[in-house]
Amino acid sequence: MAEAHSPLEQFEVHRLVDMHVGGADVSFTNASAMMVLVVILVTVFLTLSMRGRAMVPGRWQSIAELAYGLVANALRDNVGADGRRYFPFVFTLFMFILLANLLGLIPFSFTVTSHIVVTFALAAVVFLGVTVIAVARHGLKFFTYFVPPGVPIFLAPLMVPIEIFSYFVRPVSLAVRLAANMIAGHTMIAVFASFVIALGFLGFAPLVFIVALYGLEVLVAFLQAYVFAVLTCLYLNDALHLHH
Amino acid sequence: MDIEAAKLIGAGLATIGVAGAGVGIGTVFGHYVSAGIRNPAAAPKMFGNVLLGFALVEAQALYALVLAFLILFG
Repeated sequence: MAEAHSPLEQFEVHRLVDMHVGGADVSFTNASAMMVLVVILVTVFLTLSMRGRAMVPGRWQSIAELAYGLVANALRDNVGADGRRYFPFVFTLFMFILLANLLGLIPFSFTVTSHIVVTFALAAVVFLGVTVIAVARHGLKFFTYFVPPGVPIFLAPLMVPIEIFSYFVRPVSLAVRLAANMIAGHTMIAVFASFVIALGFLGFAPLVFIVALYGLEVLVAFLQAYVFAVLTCLYLNDALHLHH
Repeated sequence: MDIEAAKLIGAGLATIGVAGAGVGIGTVFGHYVSAGIRNPAAAPKMFGNVLLGFALVEAQALYALVLAFLILFG
């Protein structure tokens, strides 16, 4: 009988190339390899698909234009004309998260976005960037953001701490939403895969369910990338226009 | 009480929070369907918001799940 494998083993980080600088461990891991692969694939996809620059797009160019249109529309609808200058940032975020989620679905690969440290890094960049933009644009008036408009003055001492707390929860919720969706999906697939082995001949039933689950996971991969991008746009709108 | 038993009970209790997501997701899509039947022309425009709402509600369920895992394996 083979040893039991935990469904959480797929999230383990393994060193591929041991490297130590000073006292710090900077080894090249399977996570690093996946992230490099994601960046290379996104760059190759976008450069090659747009190389023809056809007026009537072929298949690959259509996909690139779809992704571009999705992010550009989200920026325009949620931020307005000011949002245009932040398009490269939001588009990079969207493509990285999308391809990282999708590549993680390949069996035996590694899902980069299932680790809180990765998603928190992304969410922290968004949070810090948005706060810096808001303070740079509005100066001290930024703190009026925490008093929602139309609040009677006697409710303010209750509302302001709640608003401040919910502002600081934003990076946490962004990070946990993405990581937990990836962890939950992949763990479910691993658990049902163990059922397939355990049931022997009747294992085709969980197998059919895994096919459906994979479909759901592809949808979740797209959805989580889109939601991360749209929430970034919403936070940008709050920073640029405060409550108006 | 044995720490392992306490962990298992805690994880089980934490999973109850996922019920809220069932209510939330049902509300989001139920409202979308009923509004779409009243005004079919406006339905495709709102679909993006429906997906956004779904993902935000789903996130709440996953916070509960993450806490359950933290209790179980942390």
